Amino acid sequence: MSEGIGARVLRKEDKRFITGKGRYTDDIIEANQAYAAFVRSPHAHARIVSLDTSAALAMEGVETVLTGPELVADGIGNIICGWGITSKDGTPMNMGAWSALATEKVRYVGDAVAIVVADSKSQAQLAAEAVVVTYEELPVVVGSVEALAPNAPKIHDNAPGNVIFDWEIGDLAPTDAALASAAHVTEMEITNNRLAPNPMEPRSAIATFNEAEDHYTLYTTSQNPHVARLVLSAFYNVAPEHKLRVIAPDVGGGFGSKIYIYPEEIACLWASMKSGRSVKWTSDRTEAFLTDAQGRDHVTTAKIGFDNEGKIVGLKVNTKANLGAYMSLFSSAVPTYLYATLLSGQYDIANIYCDVQAVYTNTVPVDAYRGAGRPEACYVVERIMETAAREMGMDPAELRAKNFVRSFPHQTPVIMAYDSGDFDANLKQAQAAADVSGFAARKAEAASRGKLRGMGYSNYIEACGIAPSAAVGSLGAGVGLWESAEVRVNPVGTIEILTGSHSHGQGHETTFAQIVAERFDLPTENIQIVHGDTDKVQFGMGTYGSRSGAVGMSAIVKAMDKVEAKVKKIAAHVLEAGEDDIVIEGGAVKVAGTDKQMLWHEVGLAAYTAHNIPEGMEPGLKESAFYDPTNFTFPAGCYICEVEVDPETGVTEVVQFVASDDFGTIINPMIVEGQVHGGIAQGIGQAMLENVVYDAAGQQLSASYMDYAMPRADDLPNYSVHHASTTCPGNPLGMKGCGEAGAIGSPPAVINAITDAIGNNNLSMPATPSAVWAALQDVSQKLAAE
Amino acid sequence: MYETNFHKVATAQEAAALLNTSEDGKILAGGQTLIPTMKQRLANPTDVIDLSGAADLSGITIAGDQITIGAMTPHAEVAGHAGLAALCPSICKLAANIGDPAVRHRGTIGGSLANNDPAADYPAAALALNARIHTTSREIAADDFFEGMFTTALEEDEIITAVSFTAPAKGGYGKFPNPASRYAMAGVFVAKSAEGSVRVAVTGASEDGVYRHDALEAALSTDWSASAVDGVEISSDGLLSDLHGNAEYRANLIKVMAKRALG
Ligand SMILES: Cc1cc2nc3c(=O)[nH]c(=O)nc-3n(C[C@H](O)[C@H](O)[C@H](O)COP(=O)(O)OP(=O)(O)OC[C@H]3O[C@@H](n4cnc5c(N)ncnc54)[C@H](O)[C@@H]3O)c2cc1C
Repeated sequence: MSEGIGARVLRKEDKRFITGKGRYTDDIIEANQAYAAFVRSPHAHARIVSLDTSAALAMEGVETVLTGPELVADGIGNIICGWGITSKDGTPMNMGAWSALATEKVRYVGDAVAIVVADSKSQAQLAAEAVVVTYEELPVVVGSVEALAPNAPKIHDNAPGNVIFDWEIGDLAPTDAALASAAHVTEMEITNNRLAPNPMEPRSAIATFNEAEDHYTLYTTSQNPHVARLVLSAFYNVAPEHKLRVIAPDVGGGFGSKIYIYPEEIACLWASMKSGRSVKWTSDRTEAFLTDAQGRDHVTTAKIGFDNEGKIVGLKVNTKANLGAYMSLFSSAVPTYLYATLLSGQYDIANIYCDVQAVYTNTVPVDAYRGAGRPEACYVVERIMETAAREMGMDPAELRAKNFVRSFPHQTPVIMAYDSGDFDANLKQAQAAADVSGFAARKAEAASRGKLRGMGYSNYIEACGIAPSAAVGSLGAGVGLWESAEVRVNPVGTIEILTGSHSHGQGHETTFAQIVAERFDLPTENIQIVHGDTDKVQFGMGTYGSRSGAVGMSAIVKAMDKVEAKVKKIAAHVLEAGEDDIVIEGGAVKVAGTDKQMLWHEVGLAAYTAHNIPEGMEPGLKESAFYDPTNFTFPAGCYICEVEVDPETGVTEVVQFVASDDFGTIINPMIVEGQVHGGIAQGIGQAMLENVVYDAAGQQLSASYMDYAMPRADDLPNYSVHHASTTCPGNPLGMKGCGEAGAIGSPPAVINAITDAIGNNNLSMPATPSAVWAALQDVSQKLAAE
Repeated sequence: MYETNFHKVATAQEAAALLNTSEDGKILAGGQTLIPTMKQRLANPTDVIDLSGAADLSGITIAGDQITIGAMTPHAEVAGHAGLAALCPSICKLAANIGDPAVRHRGTIGGSLANNDPAADYPAAALALNARIHTTSREIAADDFFEGMFTTALEEDEIITAVSFTAPAKGGYGKFPNPASRYAMAGVFVAKSAEGSVRVAVTGASEDGVYRHDALEAALSTDWSASAVDGVEISSDGLLSDLHGNAEYRANLIKVMAKRALG
């Protein structure tokens, strides 16, 4: 079937997106709509001395002004982190209270202290400015290392020393012993810069309380509307689940930042109940910089040891993870189970130990951002491997290959059991595509133009398809991470797939339809994907961690198995044949080897008329399934980056970028390539451009596009994207996931290439022109001194 | 954006009169700076006076080696003007690298000079080309016009009507764009007049906005070449240090951009 698995089907959703007919949260207009504006703290750390709303309340068009103490009095619960982490000493993590509207203290610039509801947006903004808040400023700390210093300002009373947890994984003593016996040890300090997620569509919410039905409806920019409803009900006490409908309509990108339930959604729901109005809020770009959960921000020291032959004997890592002012929904899992469990990379390492101190600072909360923990792990492993190769005078690819895991399943010392992969195949394919043997000539040619050319590798592995519920439960997760699906065959034979996976740029409406087209041999135009509405879809855990293919599609496959079985039963009954002889092909359900058949839609009709179905069979043709994965999946690959540096200015151009990935089964190569392109763009963005910078007072210096450098088309090369796939044994379609790989694998390749070009390994992300130039000055100073 | 009163005028004089009578009026040219500033609630003018209907303020006139550019002339027009390119290609190149196409079709030379953003490009050209800034009440030499970051010699109710200058014998502009905003982190305009006098103006780099670089002018006066620039010690005193680069880096950029401006 031309539209089945492996076909480059054009995206069904693009027609509405590119013709401006998408329907986003801000496009929703309710009859009784009012607008919210938030009063936000201008200080990074301060005590609220007084808060006077009287002037604002008296202003034209103002419906209500509500504050933190009122919210608490109404029983609205604190925002929680849903993954409990236990410290080395057995104590639970120190979660500080996070009220949707601050009560006594504000802890970062942008922390909301009041919500204003008014007839127009402009009236709401004016009134918000008229709310008088008196603050007593407190000392501020923005960096994780500084926050851990003995006399650092204390941000939450229940987190002594600002430590949220001090966690470890692996075995310390054997790792230390291995490193002590190593023939060569490479030690590095590695920082992973803080990023702002910047989805094209800013966050938005419109909440409506229907008093007559005691029922709430929330439209919101969410990657997981069911999880939003669950948390809003179970923890924030907004309304019980059956009294709350959450709809995430078209959502313009998330990258993780729309997983979480933010203060604004809670406040809009509550304010709708208080005011009797529909309450709408849409973030502007500045608010997005100030309040969207940010990503990364690790400070790490790492030590890796090798024997005489270049075999790794041990890896020891310490990371300080800055989680910002409050613990966001999955923040604790990111620098722990999504990070340290990947520190084995593609390598067979007997001894690994990692400890992580997660700390509070007076900055925007940090949570999962495309890759979530895995880019940080990959960056540590691939930077230190490249560095070690340089120190030992070995070819960096050879050193990697010497240590590859080659037999599967492979149990690492850090929980993960790799199920499949062929790291050699991806390395070889990438090397061929990158013409590695021609590099020396290219470097010489660049030198003749006054340019410094460098090449860098990154052999990444990551864990997707999160996740087996029992396994994550044992590690502290507060939820199960299965997925659900319902397959509805209509009486006319068309199909609706209801999925708990949410699409906000991934192209599910196309790829999910393709697996149904493949299974029932139907055109994708007969298949509709329904998602994003808790009233329509049974349940769902949402889209993140590259799980929609491996987990979400697997649930659809399970439900399709049931549909297929019923279709065959009906056809066998009607056609008077054995069930085992029934085949589905070409839009028909046939008795194999005969000309007896029913058209596909005739089976659908038979199921619903129920005039002639097997005795005892229920009418209808609709099946659902919950799929709980048995393992993570392990996408892996090899990225090779080539750069040219202008030594006069430090300007670096990525002149070649080759990716060879193992994503398992590929449903739609075009969409997969798009995901890789976007991921690499974000990875190059992190490596060379993007950086959230705070000053000592906790003000974001980079809170607009004047200072936060997003990658533009002319910053990026043409990518050379390839695949060398092994089938994932863990799920029915053999899929591994492709949504984050590009962002995970690319940063170390870029930095390895730049440091190769400039001959100075001491370079942090982002490698801006000024940073590269400064590193080059260090080189020339060193040369001059010698 | 705060509420404001919007006026559309037909002449610069009409605008000046309105400016004079309004409590806190602002001229709207291309709006590429004023509108974002208002949207961010950083500006709250009582009156916005739109010059887009003032036909007399737009267009480029050339008389011999004398060039006059109307204040409302958008960057794209400067970038694409064949007559101007024949006489002073460096200013066309400068205009062609301001912002993006949308910005270049709205943003104006008058707005850029009046705003005197320390990272804007046109101020460097105006200063190096020894331009004259024509206003509704007088003519101001570029040397007297720029008074530091976002500050100019313009009076409250004075409006730029045009900019004029003599085509240089030689000229060039080297710009190092900020990776985020793509405004200048250092922009160096070099110009040599027909009489042989050299002026070098630097934008983007200094804490005090656009300025003339004496040492570069001296060096290029004797020897109009990159090697002359190489011999100049560029001090980092008074240069900007921010998250995009420190003063030392900007000093280096001034040198490199000066060389690239020479072609
Ligand atoms: C995305 C973006 C990128 C940009 N990149 C660059 C860049 O790379 N380099 C660069 O140089 N600039 C850049 N700009 C600025 C832009 O090119 C304009 O030059 C600038 O915005 C001012 O011109 P305007 O016509 O838009 O003025 P406006 O925004 O309308 O006005 C700016 C100020 O000048 C005053 N004013 C305007 N006209 C007059 C007049 N005739 N007399 C007196 N006062 C007046 C206004 O009252 C206001 O205070 C960029 C702008 C944007 C939005």
